[in-house]
Amino acid sequence: MIDQITWVAIFPEAILLVMACAIALLDLRTQSLLRPLTYALTLITLGVVALIEALYASSGMTMYGFGNMVVADTMAAWLKCFSAIAVMVTLVYGRPYAASRDMLRGGELFTLGLFALLGMFIMISGNNFLVIYMGLELLTLSSYALVALRRDHTAAIEAAMKYFVLGAMASGFLLYGMSMLYGATGSLDINAVFKAIVSGQVRHQVLVFGLVFIVAGLAFKLGVVPFHMWIPDVYQGAPTAVTLMIGGAPKLAAFAVTMRLLVEGMLPLAIDWQQMLMLLSIASLFIGNLAAIAQTNIKRMLAFSTISQMGFVLIGVMSGVINGNPLSAANAYSSAMFYVITYVLTTLASFGVIMLLARDGFESEEITDFAGLNQISPLYAGVMAACMFSLAGIPPMVGFYAKLSVLQALIASGQLLHLGVAVFAVMMSLVGAFYYLRVVKVMYFDEPITASKIVARTDVRVVLCINGALVLLLGLFPAGLMALSAQSILQMLGT
Amino acid sequence: MGMLSLAIWTPIAFGLVLLALGRDDQVRAVRWLALVGAVISFLLTLPLYSGFKLGTAAMQFVEYQPWIERFNVNYHLGVDGISFWFVLLTAFINVVVVIAGWEVITRKVNQYMAAFLILSGLMIGVFSALDGLLFYVFFEATLIPMYLIIGIWGGPNKIYAAFKFFLYTLLGSLLTLVALIYLYIQSNGSFDIAAWHALPLSQAAQTGLFFAFFAAFAVKVPMFPVHTWLPDVHVEAPTGGSAVLAAIMLKLGAYGFLRFSLPIAPDAAHEWAWLMITLSLIAVVYVGLVALVQQDMKKLVAYSSVAHMGFVTLGFFIFNDLGVSGGIVQMIAHGFVSGAMFLSIGVLYDRVHSREIASYGGVVNTMPKFAAFSLFFAMANCGLPGTAGFVGEWMVILGAVKFNFWIGFVAASALIFGAAYTLWMFKRVYLGPVSNDDVKGLSDINAREFVMLALLAAAVLYMGVNPKPFTDVMDTSVAELLRHVAVSKLN
Repeated sequence: MIDQITWVAIFPEAILLVMACAIALLDLRTQSLLRPLTYALTLITLGVVALIEALYASSGMTMYGFGNMVVADTMAAWLKCFSAIAVMVTLVYGRPYAASRDMLRGGELFTLGLFALLGMFIMISGNNFLVIYMGLELLTLSSYALVALRRDHTAAIEAAMKYFVLGAMASGFLLYGMSMLYGATGSLDINAVFKAIVSGQVRHQVLVFGLVFIVAGLAFKLGVVPFHMWIPDVYQGAPTAVTLMIGGAPKLAAFAVTMRLLVEGMLPLAIDWQQMLMLLSIASLFIGNLAAIAQTNIKRMLAFSTISQMGFVLIGVMSGVINGNPLSAANAYSSAMFYVITYVLTTLASFGVIMLLARDGFESEEITDFAGLNQISPLYAGVMAACMFSLAGIPPMVGFYAKLSVLQALIASGQLLHLGVAVFAVMMSLVGAFYYLRVVKVMYFDEPITASKIVARTDVRVVLCINGALVLLLGLFPAGLMALSAQSILQMLGT
Repeated sequence: MGMLSLAIWTPIAFGLVLLALGRDDQVRAVRWLALVGAVISFLLTLPLYSGFKLGTAAMQFVEYQPWIERFNVNYHLGVDGISFWFVLLTAFINVVVVIAGWEVITRKVNQYMAAFLILSGLMIGVFSALDGLLFYVFFEATLIPMYLIIGIWGGPNKIYAAFKFFLYTLLGSLLTLVALIYLYIQSNGSFDIAAWHALPLSQAAQTGLFFAFFAAFAVKVPMFPVHTWLPDVHVEAPTGGSAVLAAIMLKLGAYGFLRFSLPIAPDAAHEWAWLMITLSLIAVVYVGLVALVQQDMKKLVAYSSVAHMGFVTLGFFIFNDLGVSGGIVQMIAHGFVSGAMFLSIGVLYDRVHSREIASYGGVVNTMPKFAAFSLFFAMANCGLPGTAGFVGEWMVILGAVKFNFWIGFVAASALIFGAAYTLWMFKRVYLGPVSNDDVKGLSDINAREFVMLALLAAAVLYMGVNPKPFTDVMDTSVAELLRHVAVSKLN
């Protein structure tokens, strides 16, 4: 039953699964505090997987496996490649942080991280409602456990509970919506659902009813208003390393699922879901940006900032089909993909700096903890400043091009309403600039409170420098990543 | 690598080297490296002058490289008679500013110098960009170094000033971004400014674009009534920051009017010219009066900047060659004079640590050399014939009289206010007996300050006595611009 092409298509997932199990077993024999062996094996695994995915992506092939249940196309390959790298970077930043917080007594951070990544891979490649759901559950169950990894820390446990309850409800929403669509179309296969919808034989009300639940479930996972309440609490409560694990790579997977479900599965219903996404994005931009101003905790601030950033992603997704004409779809969806990738890149660096500043018994979670960072370490202050300017969308940082391409897709529709949304979005990013600038202000203009030196391990330092440099360099040379996104989306739409 | 690229990236490269290598314990080396970088960058712009061809309105020293293929954005550089002088002016002011910060800045010297070097490269980029998005990237990127300059090395209320500067200007430029994207879509996927110039647009679209551009450029100039950020920011910014802000950054806005608003939306520009002229006249007269009552020297010069920039925008919107050329000449002259005024205030501030006019009196007794320079710059600021300040104002007034006598009349009356506030300040600060012990203890300018002020004084004098090289360069381009603006783009 399992043919050869299937093996090729799921080869990276297979490696990931085997290695995750092997590392879990090998880790039992490790005594050392920093778990060098587990760490090295995990990084090698992730590096190999990322490399394979990059090769798949550059081959430009589309492979279907397990009788059309999974698909490995260029978009999937790139997103998987980037999420593997994101998890890798997260673990590099997170290891010293976790070690000093007694979270590395076992190797769960690494093995659960690998399983979470496996879940993301399955989500990204899923071409069937149930496969997508399975991947999602694998990701979220690993994440719940990761949040609770600091089991003697009340805030973390509270965050884990909240995350679990709300996440389970969101999964329920999604599953309910999927069951509706299954009832209406008689298939779980995304391509078959698409064909059934196009045929016009299915009752519209049932489809839209299911669609609402699916959009709600996706909105939960992406964390957009009004399904955003878990984001600030979980971001703040979780250990920072885990916050990054939740807030980084999974956004790529959530984007992929949005593409698979809404675009590949339900493009004919675009007129319906575009309106929903528009409301969601406007609300996210508004609430995310305004609430972020009031925050004093930087993780919570970045959580609200995430909400607003995801609002921008949705703007990209909603601009694809204009008056029933999907001509500019590739343009719009690739702008959203570019946005998500650059967002993850920037988030990694900013949380990396937060973790770097955290020492034994000191979390460095308040914005004021960054006071005078420029005088203590101009390098890390520079990295953080680049991230903040990027998130605010100031050129020449990469975040500007992300905003530009999304707004361009929006205005290209030529509708006055969309022009209004664009003006609203830029006004909201002006509000956003204020709280991002405040972090820069604290780092550069204020006097340091402590004179303690920042001790960074070499691996953390090197990765953080590369990460920060990329935020700037991709801003100076964004063409490659943009072309990559465009090509991925074009191929996905073409098949 | 083309000449313009060198002019842009040399200072930025020096700035990055300073950021990477500069340490707090090697201040001397850092300063010299910064000076070498600034001087080399300036020298690199000189071949532009010898190679510039007069008598053509075409872009010169053009460089063209695809940059972002997906959006058809190109690394497209070039200068014409309108932008040419600002490239040289920026590089020149940069040298002066590096000298000005020499001993004054003691904290994070490498970052200070790097910020100015990078800023100067970015501003040259703004003046030479021929691609809309490239222009925007340079335009916005200048906010980052300036924000840090104000916030790190500024006065007591620096944080308020830094935020006000950043958010105020960002508000305007974000609307412009929407306008740029709109133009990109209207022109079927082109960010080429020249293509936008030729693009037919409806009256409604032109009006929308005109005001979107107005949002960015009027804030930057700044025009009345969006000028309120400027005094606050100038007061708190360090001396070098004020000098660059007044000398170059304000010109980015005025330049934007010439490159975007007028040629892209000519019909809207004609329709709304009455508004622009009114606002300019208010700036000239009302803000001139406001300057008169200031107690703070920097605030006074800041308001005087607003008034002088009012002349510039007035010149642009009367649509004759005297007005537009005069506006550009005024921009260059104001670059020298306002830079010099702020640096002079900096010289006093470094010694007494007060910007209040009341803290001084009789400075001429203790600092005769410095007072001589200050008097010269004050005269240039009121537009004394023979100084740079006279040429532009005179041309604009002449153009305005040609356009409408009463507009010219009101504009000319501003010369009286200009003389009043400048000379009154000069009298209170420099003349009379020594007023207090601070002034008594003043030491005259040292060799470094002398060089810095002498460079500017030479430029002001040269431009005042012999403005022909300046106007020769711009004549053809201005005529071409006016020819273009006179033709309706409605279809």
